[in-house]
Amino acid sequence: MANAKEKVKGWFIEGFVKTFIVAWIWQTFCVKWVWQTFCVKWFWKAFCVNILYKKFDSYKAWLYLSPAIILLLIFTVWPIFNTLRMAFWERYNMLQEIGGTLKFKLGFKNFVDVINYPRFIQCLKNTLLLCVLTVPLSTILALVIAVCLNSIKPLSRFLQTIFFLPYVTNSIAIGMVFEAMFNIVGYKTPEASVGIINTVIGFFGIEPINWINQGSAYWANITVLVIYIVWNALPFKILILLGGLQSVNKQYYEAAKVDSTPRLRVFTRITVPLLSPMIAYVVITGFIGGFKEYSSIVGIFGEDMQAVGGESLNTMVGYIYDSLARNQQGRASAAALILFGIIFIVTMINLGVSKKKTHY
Amino acid sequence: MSDTKKIVTMVEQDMKKVTSKQRIVKITVQILLYLFLCTMALIIVFPFYWMIISSLKTTAEYRLPVPTLFPRQIMWTNYLEAFTAANLGKLFMNTVYVGIVSTILSLVVTVLSAFAFARLEFKGKNTLFALLLATMMIPGELFTITNYVTVTKLGWIDTYTVLIVPFLVSIFYIYLLRQNFMQIPNELYLAAKVDGTKDLKYLWKVMIPLSLPNLISITILKMMGAWNSYVWPRLVANTDHQLITNGLRNAFTDMSGQANIPVQMAAVTVVSIPLFLVFIFLRKYIMKGVSRSGIKG
Repeated sequence: MANAKEKVKGWFIEGFVKTFIVAWIWQTFCVKWVWQTFCVKWFWKAFCVNILYKKFDSYKAWLYLSPAIILLLIFTVWPIFNTLRMAFWERYNMLQEIGGTLKFKLGFKNFVDVINYPRFIQCLKNTLLLCVLTVPLSTILALVIAVCLNSIKPLSRFLQTIFFLPYVTNSIAIGMVFEAMFNIVGYKTPEASVGIINTVIGFFGIEPINWINQGSAYWANITVLVIYIVWNALPFKILILLGGLQSVNKQYYEAAKVDSTPRLRVFTRITVPLLSPMIAYVVITGFIGGFKEYSSIVGIFGEDMQAVGGESLNTMVGYIYDSLARNQQGRASAAALILFGIIFIVTMINLGVSKKKTHY
Repeated sequence: MSDTKKIVTMVEQDMKKVTSKQRIVKITVQILLYLFLCTMALIIVFPFYWMIISSLKTTAEYRLPVPTLFPRQIMWTNYLEAFTAANLGKLFMNTVYVGIVSTILSLVVTVLSAFAFARLEFKGKNTLFALLLATMMIPGELFTITNYVTVTKLGWIDTYTVLIVPFLVSIFYIYLLRQNFMQIPNELYLAAKVDGTKDLKYLWKVMIPLSLPNLISITILKMMGAWNSYVWPRLVANTDHQLITNGLRNAFTDMSGQANIPVQMAAVTVVSIPLFLVFIFLRKYIMKGVSRSGIKG
């Protein structure tokens, strides 16, 4: 604001000084056109453009931005600082702060507590396992489906719509459907119904597997989760990759056709390299989403986040919410910062790798 | 002459051989493609089919050792039971209220700030915008912790305000709309200025109609966000103020003995159907918003 005023003042002074000089020139040389062409222009610039347009713009802009800025300050900027504060205050607890305790020792105790807590290690393990399994699987599957969709003509739009369907779903609701599909009704009773998935795999001669019921194995639980998460992650990836495929220059394929290059070679040597920016994008967003996995597990296994009597399937985000529900804001903040650190590092690694491997 | 003719016919025959062989390969490849895609499509669609079918079965039929692929007796009463058991009516009204209010307020805030960023000149505009974009990198859970403390201190727990206000400003929507506003030529704005049109009138008469598709995208994504939000309402609201997704998980689990899965599936269907309707009629806008963002809701 202040600077804008200075600027306008500067233009006025400039206008006056120049006018004075020109007036002197005019008096001495009587060159009328100099006045007309230059002075009017300078004053016009100073008056119209800078005062009417720029100066009023400045405070108007802040007026328009004010609702957004105020909300962002309270709900976005403040949390960033406050999370750091709470994470480094040992044994921080919101209730104590409201109760009047304001002296907390600074230190790394929250981080040490979080890392030494065995349940957190379990959460970290689950999250990493799900990430490592689902991201490559869903990316490869999405890539294959996108390439297939791109090379057919009839029914293409219809199939695209179907493949996009899982995107517009409620992850809790569909998680419950997956639970029902894998569930064994009346487990360990003679009239048990093994569920639709076990019936289907029964056609291939596989014995019914206890996927999610009481006493189910950890790997079975993880398999169900991987299937659900991949199912849920496919539409976005297909959409992005198909968009990329449709913008690929057709000349490369025609050149390959002239050389009668085999299809697999076309795929690995043309399609994948040309799509590499999109693949990198999909992998990075996939990892970020994978580290924040939470509601799909609640959908299938309920709010306990484990099969009855099974190993805990809680994730990093689940741990943060659990700590929050137990009023351990300090620990929750520390865990959130650790999560942010992991996501940041993984994204940086991904970007580094993709910079070397992608061809723009 | 005859030699060249001979050569030409030989080449033509060769070409024919190649093309017929190629055609066979092409057709088989196409068939395989369709087979693969249709199988995948069936796998994608199957959970939805199973959801609807199960919601119409009787409990006895659902427990048959070999599941049936179509209900023998269609039980519409499952839906009635779902509404009463999970209190879906109340939750539905809550969700609609929160969704509409937050969408309208959010649109106003977003349009104003996008306009400021796209058209007006002020000091530090680009720095501020870059800072805002940088906050998009931080995971939302980090904000949730402090926001929970903040709303507790403000005494907003168990109100509608707590579900609406903290998520009004989305930097991504501001970004989306700003890009759209930038595409509208500045001459239009200057012309309106010369004619003495007020900014807000110009926004309403020119900018908003021209960027309507993006505004519709934002509206849909925002409404879907309210419909699908689960964690925040569970954290800050009691059953009177919770949203529809919260009703799903809790209502059927605390029943003694086995959960009534057909009723549960009926509730799930009730929650999913509006999303499908939105998808069928407004697919274009959703896909446009999604392909630019990569965020859900």
